[in-house]
Amino acid sequence: MNASDLFALQPLIIIAATIIMVMLVIAFHRSHKLTAILTLAGLAIAGMSLTAVACVIPRRITPLLILDYYGLFFSGLIFAASFFVAALSYSYLEIHEGHREEFYLLLLLATLGCAVLSLSMHFASLFLGVEILSVSLYALTAYLRHRDRSIEAGVKYLILAAVSSAFILFGMALVYAETGSMELVQIAARAASEGVHRLAFTSGLVMIIVGLGFKLAVVPFHLWTPDVYEGAPAPVTAFVATVSKGAVFALVLRYFSVTGILTNRSLFAIFTIIAVASMTTGNLLALLESNVKRILAYSSISHLGYLLVTLLASGTAAMTAAAFYLTAYFITTLGAFGVVSALSVKDRDADSMNDYTGLAWRSPWLAGVFTAMLLSLAGIPITAGFVGKFTVVAAGVASGLWFLVIVLAVNSAIGLYYYLRIIVALYSRAEIEHAHAPELSRTDSAALSGLTVLLIWIGVYPEPIIELIRETMRCLI
Amino acid sequence: MILAWLIIIPLIGGLAAWSLDRNNSAAARWISLASLVADGFLLLSLWSASSAPFALERGAWLVEHSRTWIPQLGISIHLATDGLSLLLMTLTIFLGIASVICSWTEIRERVGFFHFNLLWILAGILGVFTALDLFLFYFFWELMLVPMYFIINIWGHENRVYASLKFFIFTQAGGLFMLLSILGLYFVHGRNTGIYTFDYTLLLGTSLSPTAAMWLMLGFIIAFAVKLPAVPFHPWLPDAHTEAPTAGSVILAGLLLKTGAYGLIRFVLPLFPGAAASLAPTAMVIADIGIIYGAVCAFGQTDLKRLVAYTSVSHMGFVLLGIFAGNLHSLTGAVIQMLAHGVSTGALFIIVGMIQERIHTRELDRMGGFWAVVPRLSGVGLVFALASLGLPGLGNFVAEFLVLLGSYRVNAAITVLAATGLVLSAIYSLWIVQRAFHGAVKEGMRMPDLSIRETGMMTVLIIAIFWIGLRPQPLLNACGPALDGILHGVSSVQTTERGYTK
Repeated sequence: MNASDLFALQPLIIIAATIIMVMLVIAFHRSHKLTAILTLAGLAIAGMSLTAVACVIPRRITPLLILDYYGLFFSGLIFAASFFVAALSYSYLEIHEGHREEFYLLLLLATLGCAVLSLSMHFASLFLGVEILSVSLYALTAYLRHRDRSIEAGVKYLILAAVSSAFILFGMALVYAETGSMELVQIAARAASEGVHRLAFTSGLVMIIVGLGFKLAVVPFHLWTPDVYEGAPAPVTAFVATVSKGAVFALVLRYFSVTGILTNRSLFAIFTIIAVASMTTGNLLALLESNVKRILAYSSISHLGYLLVTLLASGTAAMTAAAFYLTAYFITTLGAFGVVSALSVKDRDADSMNDYTGLAWRSPWLAGVFTAMLLSLAGIPITAGFVGKFTVVAAGVASGLWFLVIVLAVNSAIGLYYYLRIIVALYSRAEIEHAHAPELSRTDSAALSGLTVLLIWIGVYPEPIIELIRETMRCLI
Repeated sequence: MILAWLIIIPLIGGLAAWSLDRNNSAAARWISLASLVADGFLLLSLWSASSAPFALERGAWLVEHSRTWIPQLGISIHLATDGLSLLLMTLTIFLGIASVICSWTEIRERVGFFHFNLLWILAGILGVFTALDLFLFYFFWELMLVPMYFIINIWGHENRVYASLKFFIFTQAGGLFMLLSILGLYFVHGRNTGIYTFDYTLLLGTSLSPTAAMWLMLGFIIAFAVKLPAVPFHPWLPDAHTEAPTAGSVILAGLLLKTGAYGLIRFVLPLFPGAAASLAPTAMVIADIGIIYGAVCAFGQTDLKRLVAYTSVSHMGFVLLGIFAGNLHSLTGAVIQMLAHGVSTGALFIIVGMIQERIHTRELDRMGGFWAVVPRLSGVGLVFALASLGLPGLGNFVAEFLVLLGSYRVNAAITVLAATGLVLSAIYSLWIVQRAFHGAVKEGMRMPDLSIRETGMMTVLIIAIFWIGLRPQPLLNACGPALDGILHGVSSVQTTERGYTK
């Protein structure tokens, strides 16, 4: 490794440095504001450093990491999303007692893990990334220790994530035993050659997929999702739903396109089943829910199902669709949980339908933001979700995946019902009298305005971002 | 650019109305009225452009505007209008103004937000009538749904939540199938020619295998049949129309249903001529079922607004029949029916709204003897009930006559069956007149007659329906070349039937 390698690694180094700095600051002087500012600044600088790094790539740094446009794009997305999560966390934590500063430490650690995932080319970095991410998420999920639900969610996530890590490790061991390598390109090369025991190799892959499936919360590995979403503090839920899933998805997309293992017909069939099951189960279970955070949890399961369609489709269009959909999904989900977080009070999160009844008459602006986010999740025009859904369907049709695309269309229609149910509550006239207008902090309103502007900008004028994504996807194909 | 401004003005007007409603609810009303009137003048300038709409070449555009939007996917902002679009846009602005006026006193809550939704629906409809890029078309198609949903959901009557949900899910689900078809067409065209584009004019010549054409067309047809509505896809309509506030019902019946018919004429017939021809007999039977089913259901209603809603199912059956009969007479009849039905049913909904505002019920059982109490309102009601019945001299007669004339040459049996719809419509129309306007005055029935605002509005509507009925020639001339152009693609055999256009 030489100096220019170090230079190329600077986004990760900046995040790591911010972590150490935050740790030291906490040791000497506890200040919520200072910690939050440091965190935001660290994430922003790391994000900006990506443009500098873009001049010296593509570059392989040790066998573990690759810095290419693809990785940089997803790192940028991860940093930006973490930035919004940190901004939303500030006013969320401000009303809580106890130590708030360590929250940012854990958040930065989780972000680092995600960034590593998006740059990984090797099983070792995969596992490192997954573990850095998971361990910080256990603590983040259970951060509000005075809430039973929060502890329960933390323990649940701990157990299931540990199991999934075990699966990943076992799978890696099997693949390594058969191919003699943990490096992607070599695995792909040797898998094609003779002498690889098919059954052991495929079971290894399937076990890795099971492990990653837990992280992506696709059916049938989704059982933890609603409980964790409900129990975790709203900003953490936003993080789990976006950054954590997005990073794992970026990794899966890279691994699949480098190794080309979806040409294996049984794996293709498995993923088709997973995609259909995720879309359908997510939407159907959401219909039965009345807890807003759980509805959003199920909705995120079905959205991952939609995303899997792009994984099964092939070509640049599919990759572009995946990245674009993920971007739109990040903005939308952050916005939706941002509203939940902004409305939350000290002893509980705003997850009951009652918290939203008549919100449009108490706080038109907040209700408007939430409406925009929900409509984007439903894929209605002038929102980013619309263009996202469109690109995904286009990718599916281009690859002739008619069955999946029709399932997607039917599911979109089902999904409308529960998004609209929340909107109905927002605009219902029932409880206008005794309700008070929620107070909105300045950081929250800045973050939510930013997300809404992005949502509509990308929904109406997606050209620049599609162009950017196309450029970044070239390096994979 | 004039087409872009037609759409942008209501969008901006809507935002302005919304932002002003905190201080002043009258301002919101005036702003939306002003932006619609401004749009009206823009349309007038198109009409008056050296009487061009009447002298277009077959299939030519009057105005066209095109610029790139998302070039990577072959999506552009391509707007254009011919006589057909121009007629429907004029109807849009006309009924738009009527719906602003008729909600002047009815809507008292969140006036700004109401007018925001109203103007955004109208912008979406104008977009649908002008978009020549299929992505843009789908964009507008979906755009008009959300504000309509809000109008029913927030300002509707008792059962509004259920009705608005049903409306939204039906139309959205239909739209999604259209999206699949649009994409299918896009990729087939791209593979054939190497040009990936959503542009209508380029997609027109796409060569498709008969099976592919049939499947792709069915996707479009589901979306349009839900909107129209054709019979198995209609259950959203009675609920949505009944529960919506008056302005909502006027726009639903007068304009939203027309977007379905417009889609059939503009997209289904020219893009899939062969498949459309092979589906025509089925579609005509469905149209017949709609005509009779709608009329019979209308007769069974006790809720006046629901009754009017079911008459829409019946009237739109004639539109479907006209479109799939596939000759110039029937197609022209379908277009005139769209205009006449827009005006007459819009007016009937306004009348029901006025009655409901006065006596707070829509139940026919609690009405009666209005003639003695409110002679002006009853007179207007009679005119539009007769229009709905298809009385010669009023708009609907011309339309239904042309449709039947055209479809008779294609299939006599279906036409005869459709004609029974005229008899049934006489029954339900006279039923309304008898139950509500005639008879003994109900005890304690007291209500004010039409105000000056209402009288003015209804007078204009009456003039419109008489004009369509007595002097339809300019309308025929305006939409003739466009329809001829569309038919030219449908079947070159029938191009000789241009008898009356010039």
